[in-house]
Amino acid sequence: MNTEAYWSIFINASLVNNFVLAYFLGICPFLGVSGKMETATKMGGAVTFVMLISSICAYGIHALLVAINAPFLQLISYIVVIASTVQLVEMFIKKMSPALFRALGIFLPLITTNCAILGLALFQTSKAYSFTQSLIYALGAGIGFTLALILMAGIREQLEFAEVPNVVKGTALTLLVAGILSLTFMGFSGLG
Amino acid sequence: MSTGITKNAGINTNPSSTDEFIKGLWRENPVFVQVLGMCPVLAVSNTAENALAMGLATAFVLLMSNILVASLRNFIPKQVRIASFILIIATFVTIVDYAIQAISVDLHKNLGAFISLIVVNCLILSRAEAFASKNTISKSIMDALGMGLGFVFALFCLGAVRELLGNGTLFDIGVFPNGFQEWIIMILPAGGFFTLALWLLLFNFFKSKKVQV
Repeated sequence: MNTEAYWSIFINASLVNNFVLAYFLGICPFLGVSGKMETATKMGGAVTFVMLISSICAYGIHALLVAINAPFLQLISYIVVIASTVQLVEMFIKKMSPALFRALGIFLPLITTNCAILGLALFQTSKAYSFTQSLIYALGAGIGFTLALILMAGIREQLEFAEVPNVVKGTALTLLVAGILSLTFMGFSGLG
Repeated sequence: MSTGITKNAGINTNPSSTDEFIKGLWRENPVFVQVLGMCPVLAVSNTAENALAMGLATAFVLLMSNILVASLRNFIPKQVRIASFILIIATFVTIVDYAIQAISVDLHKNLGAFISLIVVNCLILSRAEAFASKNTISKSIMDALGMGLGFVFALFCLGAVRELLGNGTLFDIGVFPNGFQEWIIMILPAGGFFTLALWLLLFNFFKSKKVQV
């Protein structure tokens, strides 16, 4: 059993070991959906929600797999649960806000292949977090992901007005900005 | 970026098998051109050895899943195809995970959760969806080999640069004379972003040169 304090788990997951900028998890949506502030915020919300649900499910599955002594099924069962959660969220958003559904486009079903979510499930298992600790960890990770996405979207909206040489335009520029953001987040490393 | 799933759907009019092989290496390089599967590329490319191991593991999973998807392509119903692909991929990743653990415990520790995370590598799913589910087994094998080697090549490029500058070594062998000041930043996360950005710049530069000529 891990006895890490709740606030320490939260700060660690959201700032010190930010999933995007320190662990490189969820880079695809980070590069893909960070063009506009509004979409970025909502994507962050959707990812945080899926993280919370799959964290709960992963906790249950892990307990079950330990009980029946079949750890090799871990990866397969986690990914199935995540895929079905994403399907659920997709149906929910489609019903509640068709506009948002169109804005997120292909990146909504792709939350399934967002490594941040599977990574979260795997990390919480390997760190042997209790149920509450897992929830806090998921919340921190989700907020950290949203934070990174929003920061990036803000910067990219400003970059629209900057004159950039043609060669640098596109992914290369986004990666350079991400590198600088990652550097700034290193400043948090003393907090954990 | 994951939009690669929809574009370049591999429906070119009858290219030869060698074409399928070559395209992944250079023209449609999964990392430098399609920008797919970024997470492991950035995360485990801090040394050349890690990068090579990760690249080979991914290439193996890609090859096996492409073979299986291509051979089952007429049996998998369209509605559940993505779910079936992910299950197939997850099975092979579990195999690779246990295999690496058996071969080298140290390596397994270095790569950590990123072996399991091969499951969600967009590259593999996109090849299954865009290529293997529509083409014959032999073509899918060539495609997987090309894309896999292209991925290994890209990972190695990143890993080598980062280890060389960040640690002053290549495959743990010292390269620079004594007194070389290591660029610690290169093995830190930020260095991953910068190195990849620079490689992309290089590729863009060559591409723009070609267009002008």
